[in-house]
Amino acid sequence: MHYRSMRDSDCVVVMGSNMAENHPVAFRWPMKAKVEHGAKIIHVDPRFTRTSAMADIYAPIRAGSDIAFLGGLVNFMLNSPRWNEDPFFRSFVVNYTNAATIISEDFRDTEQLEGVFSGLMKYTGDVKEWPYNGFLGEYENKSWQYARSQGKSTGWTGATQKSGEQEAGDEQNETQQRAAKLAAGGPPYDKLVQVLVPPSAERDETLQHPRCVFQILKRHFHRYTPEMVERATGCPRDVFERVAHAILDNSGADRTVSFAYAVAWTQHTNGPQVIGCCALLQLLLGNYGRPGAGIMALRGHCSIQGSTDIPTLYHSIHGYMAHPSAMSQHASLAEWLAAETQATGYWANTPKFMVSYLKSMYGKAATRENDFGYDWHPKIIGDHSHMPMFVAMNEGRVKGMLCIGQNPATSLNARLERSALRKLEWLVVKDNWLHETATFWKNAPEVRAGEVSTADIATEVFFFPAAQVAEYDGSFTNTFRMLQWHFKAAEAPGDCRSDNWFTYELGKRLKKLYAQSSEKRDEGFKNLVWDFEPDKPISPPGEPSAPKILKEINGYTSDEPGKHLGGFDELKDDGSTTCASWIYCGVFPKPDENRSANRQPDPPDAPGQAQLGWAWSWPANRRIMYNRASADPQGKPWSERKKYVWWDEGKKRWVGYDVPDFPLEKPPTDKGKPGATGMDALPGTAPFIMKSDGYGWLYVPNGLVDGPLPAHYEPAESPVRNPVYKQQSSPVYKYWKTAGNPLASIGDPKFPYVITTYRLTEHYLAGAMSRWNPWLTELQPELFVELSPELAAEKGIANLDWVRISSPRAQVRAKALVTRRLRPFTIDGRTVHQVGMPWHWGYEGVVTGDVVNEMSSLVGDPNVSIHEGKAFVCNVERA
Amino acid sequence: MAEPMGFFTDTTVCIGCKACEVACKQWNQLPAAEGGQNTLSGDSYDNTRKLDGTHWRHVQFIEQFSEDRKDGRWLLMSDVCKHCVQAGCLEVCPTNAIIRTEFDTVVIQSDVCNGCKACIAACPFGVIDINPVSNTAQKCTLCYDRLQNGMEPACSKACPTDSIQFGPVKELRERATKRVGQLHEGGEKRAYLYGADEKMLGGLNSFFLLVDRPEVYKLPPDPQLPSRNVPMSALFSGLGALVAGAIALVNFRNRTKEP
Repeated sequence: MHYRSMRDSDCVVVMGSNMAENHPVAFRWPMKAKVEHGAKIIHVDPRFTRTSAMADIYAPIRAGSDIAFLGGLVNFMLNSPRWNEDPFFRSFVVNYTNAATIISEDFRDTEQLEGVFSGLMKYTGDVKEWPYNGFLGEYENKSWQYARSQGKSTGWTGATQKSGEQEAGDEQNETQQRAAKLAAGGPPYDKLVQVLVPPSAERDETLQHPRCVFQILKRHFHRYTPEMVERATGCPRDVFERVAHAILDNSGADRTVSFAYAVAWTQHTNGPQVIGCCALLQLLLGNYGRPGAGIMALRGHCSIQGSTDIPTLYHSIHGYMAHPSAMSQHASLAEWLAAETQATGYWANTPKFMVSYLKSMYGKAATRENDFGYDWHPKIIGDHSHMPMFVAMNEGRVKGMLCIGQNPATSLNARLERSALRKLEWLVVKDNWLHETATFWKNAPEVRAGEVSTADIATEVFFFPAAQVAEYDGSFTNTFRMLQWHFKAAEAPGDCRSDNWFTYELGKRLKKLYAQSSEKRDEGFKNLVWDFEPDKPISPPGEPSAPKILKEINGYTSDEPGKHLGGFDELKDDGSTTCASWIYCGVFPKPDENRSANRQPDPPDAPGQAQLGWAWSWPANRRIMYNRASADPQGKPWSERKKYVWWDEGKKRWVGYDVPDFPLEKPPTDKGKPGATGMDALPGTAPFIMKSDGYGWLYVPNGLVDGPLPAHYEPAESPVRNPVYKQQSSPVYKYWKTAGNPLASIGDPKFPYVITTYRLTEHYLAGAMSRWNPWLTELQPELFVELSPELAAEKGIANLDWVRISSPRAQVRAKALVTRRLRPFTIDGRTVHQVGMPWHWGYEGVVTGDVVNEMSSLVGDPNVSIHEGKAFVCNVERA
Repeated sequence: MAEPMGFFTDTTVCIGCKACEVACKQWNQLPAAEGGQNTLSGDSYDNTRKLDGTHWRHVQFIEQFSEDRKDGRWLLMSDVCKHCVQAGCLEVCPTNAIIRTEFDTVVIQSDVCNGCKACIAACPFGVIDINPVSNTAQKCTLCYDRLQNGMEPACSKACPTDSIQFGPVKELRERATKRVGQLHEGGEKRAYLYGADEKMLGGLNSFFLLVDRPEVYKLPPDPQLPSRNVPMSALFSGLGALVAGAIALVNFRNRTKEP
């Protein structure tokens, strides 16, 4: 969501985030909405924080119970007279979501299977080269699919997906095999895409069919009553109902609600399902693609969005395409395309994106004869994300690590991660300061305590001082996809160098190292295009040209590199275009026009306030995605107040304040061509063009490995039994069973309290950017644990007492901050206490403190392998 | 003289981010307490505690929760020098180090200050203290150097929610009055302006919108100029010296007991 658009919200719900504290600058926009037109701010959170202080309603919930709360909201809406009577909701849901789509008769819901979905089985997918995927169970999603009546007659078979990276040995389905065969000769790939077109799904627009998504939803969520919400979350029923009414009252043709979340929704063993549950709610309420609507995914770092667009993620390549895998049906480019191309909707252009990407990697060496160098591209063999990587490292499977802008010595289950660092042959740390990871071999607590001797650590550690952002040219991609160029303002001192400098130099030296190699495996390095030499020397020597990097990302005509591409509709699948990241295509359309450097704000009274002249936002400089939904099915604005993009009957095109997110000349009356590929397949009423059917998905038949609908599961460690289902936790979450990573059993009396970890405004993440700055450390000098007066009294703890906090992994010391901002919860009839700790401290810096992350465990979500730092269990005692 | 300039601090939109404190320190190059290694106060999220010679902005954190938590709020307020129209500090300064600028703000000139501390006692708000680096009395200058160059003060520039607003005092007062009206209409009847009219020391050029009694924010309900109390103060200062001496003695004894 475009965060400026929160200014247009009539109600902002902050949940899974402490927006005022951790995104204070973006929080400007909800505050403007509140001051300028009386928008309601709601904060749903385990703690009363600085965000709660600004809220009209604060709803307390136990950490880890978000889906119970959101599910309660879904059930509330489905049963409310207003939602059932207002034609706006009906029209939005029938036309813009998959509510009417009918699901396979093989599907079984949590209602039928005591809390799990059909398709659950034991996980067997690890390979011996990488036994670190961490899965306990997995789902086969065949039974979750849309019902497609003509499937058999056309010979089409749907893709079957299983959890993560375990597909080794699976047979590719027949449709994909046929598609791959057609594409084996190289481009054009039109026939491949055509073969992949699925028969149309069955629908019932009356929403009465018992297997249509809408009816499945009603059955699935019926148990999430206000009573159940109170039992599972601890939020008093009347507070929950005030929240529900405020959200419903501020949704409709004339009003919009936005949600904001951050890592307090993601860092759970079912994080994507929490976000999915909110998406479901917002779709039901018509809060998508409209001013002041949507879900604001707050990202904590100035370019963390950029780091997933052009990813530092292991499982995707630029522009959210799947990383080639040795374990999937990815043996050749044709097979990759057959497995990864979605034939209808905008993703039908995947072959163009992929071939242009490969051209950016291997340049002239990438030809149609050699699959554009696809074989040279690295392949993954499993889950290579943070947690499995450190488990493997701890078992001596990883030789060296480049640690840039990260501080794993204070990260998850930090003792285990530091133990892993000791197994490395070499470690490169590039950062501003000698932080905990740089000095783990001499200053870590286990070294100081004499448990480990520096003399026994063989890891060779290299430290590279980093230049600061104002010391080089480059761009940031902010939380709502906007690229902003920044200019060098000062020389970096001494040997400090930019990350660009480091990576460019490293690449040059590796290329030199492999230049004489005749090994087939080194061909990728030899053919890698690696030329970012500045035309005029810039200081310091070796600093690459940032505009040349942006040019490669934006794309150009392969044979005429001076001719930049103007947008992704110019991309070709035959190698004639080069473009590293299709979603960024258009940011640098001419050699003298870097649109990320644009700085032209809208006049204050301009309608829409899309600010199209300020920097550049992907895709295509669009500010609100799926903005076709801001008009009704006929193309008219839903209301004057929420007018944004609409169909101009005179001009026969989509117009508005923003760049329309729809084929400009496709009229609302277009029915979509059955059997066609790409955008032609979608009707003129389908706003969600990245989805194969153009609908917003209330029910997710594929893409999530842990279920097509959200269900409340307890965190991996919880003091209570799941009040909602017999199934305690997600049956498919990831757990790395290894020494030093034990988990507490349900209701373990040794660890009776819930603990949640978080950040403070005054510090930044693991502290490398704040604990060395006295102006910041004086504001929050010492580690503390926040606890309620009730728990403090029970444990004989006074404010500022030293307290020992322990989990099954470790114990730490902190000072007590006793405050009514924390409270005991009544869960399923009994009192559950909860404590909270910020995790910014470590053993280096101006101020030091224990490493809170020593207490967290290596458990993760099965979709994205994120850890569960927001809810686990602990004990507290006076130290 | 240019138009009187000042701050309107609307505490109802303060998110307690302390960006004002840091921006002030950075612009004015003020040192951190104890080199940044101070101790946790235990008083909510306030670890700098008060305005003084090196803290020219200070954010207060006031937790107000009933035992059952049915009523609860966390008042956040960024405090600063009030730049009084009738300024006690200016009145008592023996070296004329404290001046009224062309912006109607009150500024201590460090190079003229002899560190006599008279102004510290004269300020009814406890704003001023000695900066240990310069050994002179210091406080907010309303970024006099920035104002002279047409820039707004560092704190208001950094404030993400416009809790701190800078501008001509006349304009700020109009805006503030409207805001109070808006809050009253929305049900927040406790909202009022502190120091926005002449009744308080001729008017505070830096005034506040509050939602509780002044004392809750450690502000005097009825601040007085030192000159109004001259006859009585002679008597009190004698008594005061005795009391201060006694307190100092006790403190010294306590200090020697510390390890």
